Amino acid sequence: MRNEARLLLCLGTFFGLMMVVYWFWSHENAGSVMMFAGMLLCFLPGSYYFFWSRRMKPRAEDDPHATQASGAGVVGTFPGTSIWPFTLGMGAFFVALALVFGIWLLVPGLGLVFWAVIGGTAEGRRGGRH
Amino acid sequence: MTTEALIPGATIANPHLVIDTPASHHEDHGPSGILKWMTSTDHKVIGLSYTVTSVIMMVIGGSFAELIRAQLWSPNNNLVSLAQFNELFTMHGSVMIYLFVGPFAFGALANIIVPIQIGAPDMAFPRLNALSYWLYLTGSITMLSGFFVAGGAANFGWVGYAPLSNSVNTPGAGADLWIAGLLLTGFSAIFTGVNLTATIFYLRAPGMTLFRMPIFTWNLLITAILILLAFPVLTAGLIMLYCDRHFGTHVFSVAGGGVPVLWQNIFWFWGHPEVYILALPMFGMVTEVIAVFSKKPVFGYKGMIFATITIGALSLGVWAHHMFTTGTVLLPFFSIMSLLIAVPTGIKMFNWIGTMWRGQVWFTTAMLMSLGFLFTFLVGGITGIYLASPPLDFFTHDTYFVVAHFHSVVMALVMGAMAGLYYWGPKITGYLLNDKIGRAQFWFLFIGTQVFTFPMYILGLWGMPRRIGVYPNHPSWKDLNDVATLGAILIGISTLLFMFNIVYSWKKYPAGDNPWDAHTLEWFTTSPPPHHNFYRLPQIRSERPTWDYNHPEHHAAAHGHAGEKLLENDPVA
Repeated sequence: MRNEARLLLCLGTFFGLMMVVYWFWSHENAGSVMMFAGMLLCFLPGSYYFFWSRRMKPRAEDDPHATQASGAGVVGTFPGTSIWPFTLGMGAFFVALALVFGIWLLVPGLGLVFWAVIGGTAEGRRGGRH
Repeated sequence: MTTEALIPGATIANPHLVIDTPASHHEDHGPSGILKWMTSTDHKVIGLSYTVTSVIMMVIGGSFAELIRAQLWSPNNNLVSLAQFNELFTMHGSVMIYLFVGPFAFGALANIIVPIQIGAPDMAFPRLNALSYWLYLTGSITMLSGFFVAGGAANFGWVGYAPLSNSVNTPGAGADLWIAGLLLTGFSAIFTGVNLTATIFYLRAPGMTLFRMPIFTWNLLITAILILLAFPVLTAGLIMLYCDRHFGTHVFSVAGGGVPVLWQNIFWFWGHPEVYILALPMFGMVTEVIAVFSKKPVFGYKGMIFATITIGALSLGVWAHHMFTTGTVLLPFFSIMSLLIAVPTGIKMFNWIGTMWRGQVWFTTAMLMSLGFLFTFLVGGITGIYLASPPLDFFTHDTYFVVAHFHSVVMALVMGAMAGLYYWGPKITGYLLNDKIGRAQFWFLFIGTQVFTFPMYILGLWGMPRRIGVYPNHPSWKDLNDVATLGAILIGISTLLFMFNIVYSWKKYPAGDNPWDAHTLEWFTTSPPPHHNFYRLPQIRSERPTWDYNHPEHHAAAHGHAGEKLLENDPVA
């Protein structure tokens, strides 16, 4: 956890320093704002990892001497197959086409999106099919 | 039932800690055929879909390139109309950057290889991963369908510069389809970035510390972070552009008080990190290939990682070197930052050569492709250093010199991609590709690339502007353009050879689990890997656990842990 935090915090700090230099040198808004946002985007997860790295024992993947048995157990729950990403993707496709060919395409688009959101959530609760 | 992925090798002291056997979890009970392709959340199936789709996109974009080069065969050619020529170069750039190299770099091989390299059962969010693919596929279809609407496809260049891309200068559905397609593929990229970061941070096998990850995985981690930093900016810019075109806003139009150059700032704030988003995964592929086929560990492993991080860090501060001639950017800042990127890239070059130094180099197709990558990328990189200098950039901006520069770079990346396909193909399919045809493909690709780019460097210095369908009737211009076209034909032949090789080698040469005596975890499992990837895992004591396991006569030379025992009862030799 600690190295992950360091990586993101170092990147964020570098972007922050670069932003300060750039802003005082150029007084250009767009680039400064984007670099500032880049800094925040690194600090947000970075500080989260930093917070937890000080409060938890190193995980098996952080321990250079870990044996495979030390990490035994359930890693996570993975859906086997699911039709909902496809449904959601097709919904997004129609929504994007609505930008070009007319607002009526939002009807099938958003319909598919909502169907997929409900279906996907229900599948997650039920535990989808393998 | 969902499947719970288990870490193999556990003892049965606790009912929840079960030894993961083939019978219990690894058989794929799911649907088959087209339904499998549509419903699978397995990262290997999705990665293969990505690979096939992006290679098809390469062929489509390549055929546009051949048409462009055919048009430029003679000064006033009438093969295509000038309007069609605009569509062709726009869609050639768009397809190659947005639909081929990008998705190939972070969606195709990365999707398949990264989880296996770190000993994970799947990506962290498998359904999000599937959604990424569907957004990529539909985005590609959306963008390409511009050719079938009235007015044709987008024709303002793949960069979509602002005054040209507004609704007055570019009316019609083609431009909107380009924007809509980019929105879809942009979200696809963002989701892939989230997925890769979470996978690498949370699903590593025990003992796989951050500084034992293979360089390929490291590069994909930095790539994923760069995706998260860069792609949302492009998406936001596209929404602004769409609002300008249809809702009467004036973000990019002078008439309404907007700033056209803002589009360039936004676009290149995505666009330059994007170059590293494309390049870093290929750097990773080449690193793995060079180390394995030199039979040596990566030279300067940590230096390689810090070079990657440095490239990622600097890439956010270089975007305006594409905008030197706008006269609105801080020249010294962007020049210095761009020149600085040469330092970590030079470290990488040095380390690649250091890896080969005194190794037993095995010249397979993958290795030849990597060597071709080194040479071509060096040419593209060094001309990039010229362009980072504003006085030279003023002279060469928007000429064929720039075109030649970035074609050297991306053709190097294509060679890196081919190295990756030849190297990891056996792991994905279980079958090797024919090496003789592969070598022929390499020589056509390598020689074709140089024959294709070198005349363009000279043409650029002579002042031939890019994106023109006809040019002044001057014999020396025609000769150089013809040489470039011949190079493009050689590259086309190499692509045909690649497709022929796939057909010719179809299920002909069984690979076995580890045909290259490779280093990293993906070669520890079967080819193709089972559902959830591993039946068992070795102890991880260095950055090349599979090699350590297969060569117990050598110590695991982990950084800072040299000489540690691999297995509990192994004597330390």
